[in-house]
Amino acid sequence: MREGVLVKPYERLEKAQIEKIHEASLSILRDPGIISYNREAAEIFADNGAEISSNNGYWRISIPEGLIEESVKHAPSVVKLGAREKENSLILDGKESRVRFGTGSEANVILDMDVEDFVSERTGIKRSFPVFQRRRGTVKDLCKAAHLCELLENVDFFLRNVNIQDDDITDDNKDVNKFYASLNNTTKHVMAGLTNLEKLDDVIRMAELVSGGRKEPIISFIACVTKSPLQFIKESTQNLIEMTRRNYPVVISVSPQGGSTAPIQEAGMVAQQNAEILAGVVLSQLVREGAPVLYGSNPLRVRMDNLDNMYGAPETNQYYIGGVQMARFYGIPCYSAAGVGDSKFPGIEATAEKMMSHLFSSLSGAQYVHYAFGLLEGTNTLSFEQLILDDLHVGFCKSMLRGQRIEEELRDSLEEIREVMGTSHKMFTRYARKYMRAGEVIPFYPFDGDANETLIKARERKGDLLAAPVEEIPEDIKRGIFQEFDVLERIR
Amino acid sequence: MIKISEELFAKIKENVIKGRRNEKDEDLEGGSVGEPGVKELIEEALEGEIEPKKLIECINDAMLTVGKKFDTGEYFVPDMLASAEAVSEGMEVLEPQLSKGGIKKEKFVVATVEGDIHDIGKNIFAMMLKGAGFDVIDLGTDVSADEIVKTVKNEDAEIVGIGLSALLTTTMENMGGVIEKLREEKLEKEVLVGGVAVSNEYADKICAIYCADAFEGVDKAKELAKRG
Repeated sequence: MREGVLVKPYERLEKAQIEKIHEASLSILRDPGIISYNREAAEIFADNGAEISSNNGYWRISIPEGLIEESVKHAPSVVKLGAREKENSLILDGKESRVRFGTGSEANVILDMDVEDFVSERTGIKRSFPVFQRRRGTVKDLCKAAHLCELLENVDFFLRNVNIQDDDITDDNKDVNKFYASLNNTTKHVMAGLTNLEKLDDVIRMAELVSGGRKEPIISFIACVTKSPLQFIKESTQNLIEMTRRNYPVVISVSPQGGSTAPIQEAGMVAQQNAEILAGVVLSQLVREGAPVLYGSNPLRVRMDNLDNMYGAPETNQYYIGGVQMARFYGIPCYSAAGVGDSKFPGIEATAEKMMSHLFSSLSGAQYVHYAFGLLEGTNTLSFEQLILDDLHVGFCKSMLRGQRIEEELRDSLEEIREVMGTSHKMFTRYARKYMRAGEVIPFYPFDGDANETLIKARERKGDLLAAPVEEIPEDIKRGIFQEFDVLERIR
Repeated sequence: MIKISEELFAKIKENVIKGRRNEKDEDLEGGSVGEPGVKELIEEALEGEIEPKKLIECINDAMLTVGKKFDTGEYFVPDMLASAEAVSEGMEVLEPQLSKGGIKKEKFVVATVEGDIHDIGKNIFAMMLKGAGFDVIDLGTDVSADEIVKTVKNEDAEIVGIGLSALLTTTMENMGGVIEKLREEKLEKEVLVGGVAVSNEYADKICAIYCADAFEGVDKAKELAKRG
């Protein structure tokens, strides 16, 4: 099992404030309530005592407080996520602040990096610089991303992070291909959204073929149920209903934008987001009591010059923390976000923006931190080089968050101090060795250099990792999958 | 007998590589406490009348392995220093036997120059020199040119070189002063200089040998010893 890092969470909001936000969310769900573009969801709520008013093409649902509080109680605190390799499975406990990091988004664009030599006109000195090329993501890219994430030690789970846009990828074969590309290249837990609900059972069947019918599901799903503010989308709400019926873990994911689709101020944002997620949680529990769900919090602030997303804004981090604290209040595992910035290129700006949320999301004790690796330009672009850098920086966060062992260390340190003071050199180096060997200390920054050299080194590391093998799905199981599903031969 | 000594050599080598000075020391992973370290093993070897020369060969061989591990990135500086310390402690046990047998260790004087109290680099250099089998006379920090000259005079015949260190650009200038004084006294010893402030250009200017770091310093000290 991947244990994650148990943290003593940073609490930005006081307990009384959390309760006030909870009450505000209940009040929002009563009035104005939720708008549903999905008929079945409206009917389910109506059957359970919510007030429904029908409009042209949508229903307005006013949810009574009692129904919310009762339903939320049924959502389990512990959600088990299996993996092809058992050692990689996760047990998420909404009451325990054990942090894990994974990938996320379905990036449309891959930012390729090449290295070219340039000669200075003035001095004639030749130097290597990175050059970038943007292109549409493909299923091969998704295979590569999963391969890298399999080998990068700080990636705890794999959320498909490339939107596969090959010419021969269609609505009908996209789901099986994205799940196969992920499952075949990583033995970690795989999570994705669904393109075509008709393919849900195919995907589940494929995962069960791969896992040999093990109890804990090696895949799970994301349903972006709500469009902010407070609107159940027709298709994704149906996805949630069907995934829940099959008892597969689902993230109820919302992404309100502070300043455009949600209030810019922290309290309003956290209350509205909480209302949106709670509405999804209630629906899931009405479909199937005890259905495993994650509290999917992806809030962000928008830019004031063009209303585009501004993930790197300080407020985004305040929203994140609020989300994590609310999830903990209900004891539902929190799917939070970190590592999203606004930079279009890998390197310094990207890393500065990412580190802020890497730290705050994990410090606040989210159990399942997605988006954390390789994203640029919000969630639109994936850079493999940045993914390599992010793995290192997430490693820094994990080291920083590691629990303290003051008593044990004091005993050792006092001995060391006395010993070292008796030497001529007065150096503590020999005592650092065991911490280094135990992997607790990152020996040095492995990609040091100016901004360009850092990226060139990260690219070299990418090459090494892609050349190293990963444990693929056994051949006999592959045969069955390729017979049954329309998976592209080139990713076999 | 041959078999026993072979086993002992292997153990000495292993413990040098693990950087274990004596039985109290941990190995790289924090284990092995209570098992004999280099000190105890050398004592055992001497009791078994193994030739000191053979032991030195064994230690040198182990340090070559340590150097290789450092070059390939398997070892880090703390590992190198731990091994050097282990050798140093072993050499202390060997010392009386070496003297008896007429084997003399090369001497090296090291100091941080006057006005400067920064000694991390100098200490690393001293540790590594001891690990390479030198007899190191460490004069400490803030050492005047006169004191260095006096020491060199007293020990003259056996000294192969002098290592000077400075961190500050202001104190670096005192290195030149030391060399001038040595020349005034007709002491033709080579001087290695190092430290953050020091550059190759400055070393050339004062007729010293520039060392980018402690490890280069040890290589150059070995070259001087070979030259005799």
